[in-house]
Amino acid sequence: MTIEATRPVIHCKNIFKIFGHSAQEIQGKSGGKVDQEFLDNNGLVAAVNDVSLEVYPGEMLVVMGLSGSGKSTLVRCLSRLIETTSGSINIEGEDLLAMSEKELIELRRNKMGMVFQNFALLPHKTVLENIAFPLQMRGMKKEDYVARALKMIELVSLDGRENDFPRQLSGGQQQRVGIARSLAIEPDIWFLDEPFSALDPLIRKEMQDEFLRLQSILKKTIVFITHDFDEALRLADRIAIMFHGRVEQCSTPQDIVLNPATDYVKKFTNDVPREKVLTAGAIMDEERPDDKPAAISVNQSDIIEDIAEFILGQERPVVVHDDDGNRVGMLHRDTVLKILFPGDK
Amino acid sequence: MRETILQGVRPDNRFRASFILLAIFALIMVFQGLEMVPETLDRLPAHSEASAIDNTGYGEHYETVAFDEIFNRSFDYLREDLGFSTVTRAVSKALKSVINVFNNILLGGRKGFGFDPMPWVAVAAIAFIVGFALKGWKLSLLAGGTVVYFAVFGQWKVSMQTLSLLFVSVPTSIIIGILLGIMAYKKKAFENAILPVLNVAQTLPHFAYLIPVIVFFGVGHQTGVIATIIFAVPPMVRLTLLGLQKVPPKLIESGKMSGCTRLQLLFRVQIPSARNEMMLGVNQVIMQCLAMVVIAAFIGAPGLGYQLLLKLQILKLGQSVEIGFAIVLLAITLDRLSMAWAEKKRDYTANLPFHVRYKYQIILVVTVTLAYIAAHYFPALEKLPKCTVTKPTDCFTISTAAFWEDIIDWVVINWYDGLLAFRSFVVIDMLVPLRDSFLFAPTIAVLVLIAGAGFILGGWYSALLTSIFFIFIALSGWWDRAMITAYMVMFAVLVCIVIGIPLGIWASRKPGRARYFLIWCDTLQTFPSFIYLLPVIMLFQVNDLSAILAVIVYAIVPAVRYTIEGIINVPPSLHEAVTMAGCSNRQRLFQLELPMAMPHILLGINQTTMFAFSMVVIAAFIGTIDLGQAIFKALSESDLGKGLTLGLCISFMALSIDHMITRWARERRKLLGLD
Repeated sequence: MTIEATRPVIHCKNIFKIFGHSAQEIQGKSGGKVDQEFLDNNGLVAAVNDVSLEVYPGEMLVVMGLSGSGKSTLVRCLSRLIETTSGSINIEGEDLLAMSEKELIELRRNKMGMVFQNFALLPHKTVLENIAFPLQMRGMKKEDYVARALKMIELVSLDGRENDFPRQLSGGQQQRVGIARSLAIEPDIWFLDEPFSALDPLIRKEMQDEFLRLQSILKKTIVFITHDFDEALRLADRIAIMFHGRVEQCSTPQDIVLNPATDYVKKFTNDVPREKVLTAGAIMDEERPDDKPAAISVNQSDIIEDIAEFILGQERPVVVHDDDGNRVGMLHRDTVLKILFPGDK
Repeated sequence: MRETILQGVRPDNRFRASFILLAIFALIMVFQGLEMVPETLDRLPAHSEASAIDNTGYGEHYETVAFDEIFNRSFDYLREDLGFSTVTRAVSKALKSVINVFNNILLGGRKGFGFDPMPWVAVAAIAFIVGFALKGWKLSLLAGGTVVYFAVFGQWKVSMQTLSLLFVSVPTSIIIGILLGIMAYKKKAFENAILPVLNVAQTLPHFAYLIPVIVFFGVGHQTGVIATIIFAVPPMVRLTLLGLQKVPPKLIESGKMSGCTRLQLLFRVQIPSARNEMMLGVNQVIMQCLAMVVIAAFIGAPGLGYQLLLKLQILKLGQSVEIGFAIVLLAITLDRLSMAWAEKKRDYTANLPFHVRYKYQIILVVTVTLAYIAAHYFPALEKLPKCTVTKPTDCFTISTAAFWEDIIDWVVINWYDGLLAFRSFVVIDMLVPLRDSFLFAPTIAVLVLIAGAGFILGGWYSALLTSIFFIFIALSGWWDRAMITAYMVMFAVLVCIVIGIPLGIWASRKPGRARYFLIWCDTLQTFPSFIYLLPVIMLFQVNDLSAILAVIVYAIVPAVRYTIEGIINVPPSLHEAVTMAGCSNRQRLFQLELPMAMPHILLGINQTTMFAFSMVVIAAFIGTIDLGQAIFKALSESDLGKGLTLGLCISFMALSIDHMITRWARERRKLLGLD
């Protein structure tokens, strides 16, 4: 997948968000060297510490981190719910931080949608009115916004509930309303701040499946925040792992699992059963000269877990091809065995 | 079935229902205009010509049921035949002696003690030290400064009299309140019985408390105290009950598992856990006691209130202002002291040496002893000799009365035309037409309106309740005066809403501004309602308009404060959600903040209305022809049955409004899922 070839939808450079008295001036004086010692000396706390990220069109970037890692702060900087202390953010090429109040309102009415961890539905409005809310904000006529809202309700499978109030819905249903509301304006950019964290584990899995289904239809550019590494692995095109305000590693799930960049990242990847994440394409080898390939081949995006038994059952190495049918590599039994039963971690 | 009795009209149908109600009301009014309404439905008939007691143009009294005679006869029966009077006389005597003890300590005295009175420097020292110990320099200066003010401005004697009354009423109220609260907590039946009583107690105007107390205890110092105690106990009961109910069940379980007996559980777990609410209760008791002690001046209770009343009646406005300041300072000081005590963090000092642990107590004892000794040699330290007209030299007190009177004169002279024009405009163009329309309406029209509103908001139960209340008023013969009171209250409340709510909204736009306003609201609410008469009399003299203005100034505070609180308590997550939906500031206010804040704002309007009813009676002192004025007359004639009937008329009107608004607010809260 060559996503890097196109221009990023969101491009942020050297984002700092520092809390504390006169954070901005003090940080300006630091001359770019803002480390823990500097923060301590000045009584400051860096929630986001020199983060640079790009999000490409149609990509789902999952920002993952534990409490205090800065992920919620980062997404609020990107949507400008809070002001960054320094750095630049470009949305579709335009400077977000230079926008006026009016321009921001326009941006939010047309281009951005956000889903919140605790649903944040307006309790005095019905499901329909909640979903239609952003459309109302931008002055859409009643027939139009009602029609659009009903379509959204259908999209998230809440038919028949449009006149209910949030308090009459379960957590999962409320979050679906939140999702529908954020999609009502058909945003280009979709922010989700730990949308499933407040739900039970079983519902969470259902919502993740639902979410993947939506994304396969809508193909939005997404920034998704979570503290759950497994969720990140399941959903992400790329993951950015945050720790103490910094991005430890930002790469595809396969790459992170195979090549954890720091010890902190290793803590997460150690417990991941690699065969559930890795694809044939990620671990395949070059064709060896004396290879006599088996009759059947596998796709490069097949998960090892699904094809392991098949490969191990073959006497000969298996060809790996891409979606167009071209040969891209070979899978040998010993390679698969090493993945399944690593000698040491 | 129960639901249909209690349920009001469904919210979506309300608009139409209200429209229908107003149409019916208008129809009846048209009939009235065409003189087609039967006599009995206009004003209920008198049961005898003899009962037409006063004729003042408006406010003729034709009673259908002689409630006042019924009450008077029951009072006599209770007093004499049931021998209540022996009990009450004993209680009066006991109270009188306790009050005397405090009077002796603070003011020195004749009976029994033979002590020198406490020197003013000693009292000041106590105030300074306690203030500092509780919170620090600022509180110390406030408390000490207040005491010094009393001494320097010649208010010593009267302030100490007020303090004596407070020293008796406050602890008594607290203890009784806590006991009743515990009883209500333990026995559900008791709670169910006492809650309606507490509700009525809150809506009864301050004044109405005086009447039954006079019935049983006669007029005198102790009556003021008893009325104060009765007035101050309900908030303590309510807050004790609330605090105990709020104790997390898990805490109680852990207490039981630690082997607590029931008594230990109560005193070691539940009451300490309820500390916050109970401290709030103590604060409220103190403030209510001060407010009531001031009003008790009307029945002769000595102290600052009496002094203020005296000076007002002889129109010595400059001196009245000084006394007013004294009361205000006392109110703020007591409020801040009790809040500081409530908020004080409890340090664990058991391991510290004696002189550190009790350092403030030691300093206190030493300073007070020194003060007594010094006062012995310098009498001026005991009591500052007062400068009076007859003794203008060799004295230490100052008086700014002349200054204030000059200012008042200047204002009156320079703004005379403006003030007069304003007064004429408001009275002639707004008040009189409003009053006339209230009086024009036949009884049946008002009954239909009130019962209808009750039905819309609370179903058959509310409709019935409010109807009964108003039928009582109609039967008592005081309908006209009640309508006059009602129009004044309605006008005042409307003004409070129109000015107060936008003000609150404006204040809530910036957090700093909101905080500033809330502090002001807190401070203003500590003042006894009586005080508000002062500035109004100064500017507008004694008439109808002043009464209403005093009511407005007093009652606007809850409207502002509850609006601010309601708006700033909207959860930040909802703010984020509407920001991301692209709300402008205006949309945010109307789509999020106001709908979410509405239940709380409704409670504020409710309080405003209750305050207005309360104040209207006091403002009658300035001379209006309404229920309040009739109450004063009844008191002075010692016709207590009449006084009680009148008090009930006011109370019932207030209760009706309170009932409806509370219902409405509760329903909105449920709708918003805030419960």
